[in-house]
Amino acid sequence: MYNESSIRNQLIVSKTYNNLTQDILHPIETKSGKLWWIAFIIAIIATLLGIACIIYTIITGIGVWGLNRTINWAWDITNFVWWIGIGHAGTLISAVLLLFRQKWRLSINRSAEAMTIFAVIQAGLFPIIHMGRPWDAYWVFPIPNQLGTLWPNFNSPLLWDVFAISTYFSVSLIFWFIGLIPDFAMIRDHTKNPIKKKIYGILSFGWSGKAKHWYMFEEISLILAGLCTPLVFSVHTIVSFDFATSIIKGWHSTIFPPYFVAGAIFSGFAMVQTILGVARKVLHLESYITIKHIENMNIIIMVTGGIVTLAYISEFIMSWYSGNIFEDFTYLSSGAATGPFSWAFWVLIICNILIPQLLWFKKIRKNFLWSYVISIFINIGMWFERFNIIVLNLSHDYLPSSWTGFLPTFVDIGIFIGTIGLFFVLYLLYARTFPIIAQAELKTILKSNVSK
Amino acid sequence: MYQNNIIYGLYDDDNMLLQGINYLKKKKISIYEVYTPFPIHGLNEILSLKKNINLSKLAFIYGLIGTIIGCLITWYTMNYQQNIGGKPNLWFLNLPSYIPIIFEITIFCSANFICITYFICCKLFPCAKNTNPDPRTTDDKFMIEIRTNKTNIEELITVLKNSGAIEISVK
Repeated sequence: MYNESSIRNQLIVSKTYNNLTQDILHPIETKSGKLWWIAFIIAIIATLLGIACIIYTIITGIGVWGLNRTINWAWDITNFVWWIGIGHAGTLISAVLLLFRQKWRLSINRSAEAMTIFAVIQAGLFPIIHMGRPWDAYWVFPIPNQLGTLWPNFNSPLLWDVFAISTYFSVSLIFWFIGLIPDFAMIRDHTKNPIKKKIYGILSFGWSGKAKHWYMFEEISLILAGLCTPLVFSVHTIVSFDFATSIIKGWHSTIFPPYFVAGAIFSGFAMVQTILGVARKVLHLESYITIKHIENMNIIIMVTGGIVTLAYISEFIMSWYSGNIFEDFTYLSSGAATGPFSWAFWVLIICNILIPQLLWFKKIRKNFLWSYVISIFINIGMWFERFNIIVLNLSHDYLPSSWTGFLPTFVDIGIFIGTIGLFFVLYLLYARTFPIIAQAELKTILKSNVSK
Repeated sequence: MYQNNIIYGLYDDDNMLLQGINYLKKKKISIYEVYTPFPIHGLNEILSLKKNINLSKLAFIYGLIGTIIGCLITWYTMNYQQNIGGKPNLWFLNLPSYIPIIFEITIFCSANFICITYFICCKLFPCAKNTNPDPRTTDDKFMIEIRTNKTNIEELITVLKNSGAIEISVK
């Protein structure tokens, strides 16, 4: 016995299969507009700045960053966790919502997954630069080496991270690519440019849309979704272990994993809103990414934001109730609220707890502009959450003599801007060359409302 | 058996396609292939497609292989290769801290190998030639391909027309 839920309203109205094909083809077939070029050039400049700062770091040494003896990792690990967190929404949309049979994901999953892959690329950059000798980065992999019995330490959460991130990247990439194959085939068959036909022909792997291929395609999508679901939760759990398994005060082992995962999804959906908000307007996808999609994403933001808030409250209560003086300057404590980093503390509280509460109002939740503004605040807030977790906890060590502050140098900031630039370079290129909506799968839900 | 006539029937609606296939089945006409722009539910039952490979079970086996690789790699490097101050360093004593890596290798092997299997099964690879006879089958049209030895194909064409095909071509 089961109760069937009431039939939901059609998400996408008055579009035929052919409309969808043409709409997806449009950005690929036409020349880029002025706005695209402006955005692309700005992103390229930011990337170049980042590359220059990375080269400067590698030539000179990590000393050019704002780190010191007490705060021995700050800005780069913050960015690493922030970018990884952003990636999580893409996998959640494509894998978890597939298992829950949420059809609304179909309009946004392609772009969200692209965001995942591009964000993981940015995240992966930071540990590699922080190694100081990036050409030796392969040493983290367990490969037989000339160093005798020196192997990476499998007991170390940092090595778990290497495995988690590389698995996450490769599995997300193949999941994304499998979904792209039928859409590449569509472009191959309909583009007029012979060079594009050739390129998309190679990328489409000879896809012809045979009945059996589709049958197995659906099965493999389900298998990959099933594999991605535990993977996405494991990745941020392991990222949280980077902190939680240490003996630094305030990095509480028991609460970090679930709370990091919720925070990752929270920030990831905010980033999906931010990016799709622009893509929707620039590429005229209003009829595919409707206000219903925005509202659904806002509801997920509210749920995960609620979990994050709950985690903050319990952290705060625990640090207060423990009576431990070292806990009085963890990132959520009265010491943090009034101490030298109080500005960062209050940015976190305002952006992550207070502002998202506006989404309880249906009017705001269903308003495109408001959701967009709130999503930007959440992005900022989640960056500060990581910054507070790392810098605030480290700044007040067990030894009062080594207490110190942290100020990023221009190199720190330059690398961060560089990764944002590279992210947008990749995204803008993607928006012009890839099918930005999973058109083949979206066509399955267009049917019932097109009157023949 | 040499099949010299290939007949294509084009449909413009997925329901019409399903009805058409049912109609052709009643007329005892065997369908060689169906090309569709998106997955159609129920098509595999009507065509009684059989999987020649069980992807789900295979994914599990690949995952199991991954688990074994993960166990071996952690055991070999951490237990066999390294002696940390002569302290007890048995693999199973440290198992909890190996679980994340064993898990990740499991997922890695399962997901990657199942995709490669899928590509091999469907003969999909870079630069493979696409075989869909009409480019519209990746847009909004659905196509049935019938291969026959009969020299008199007029009868077949009428059957296809009756089944709802909007366009019929013979090759």
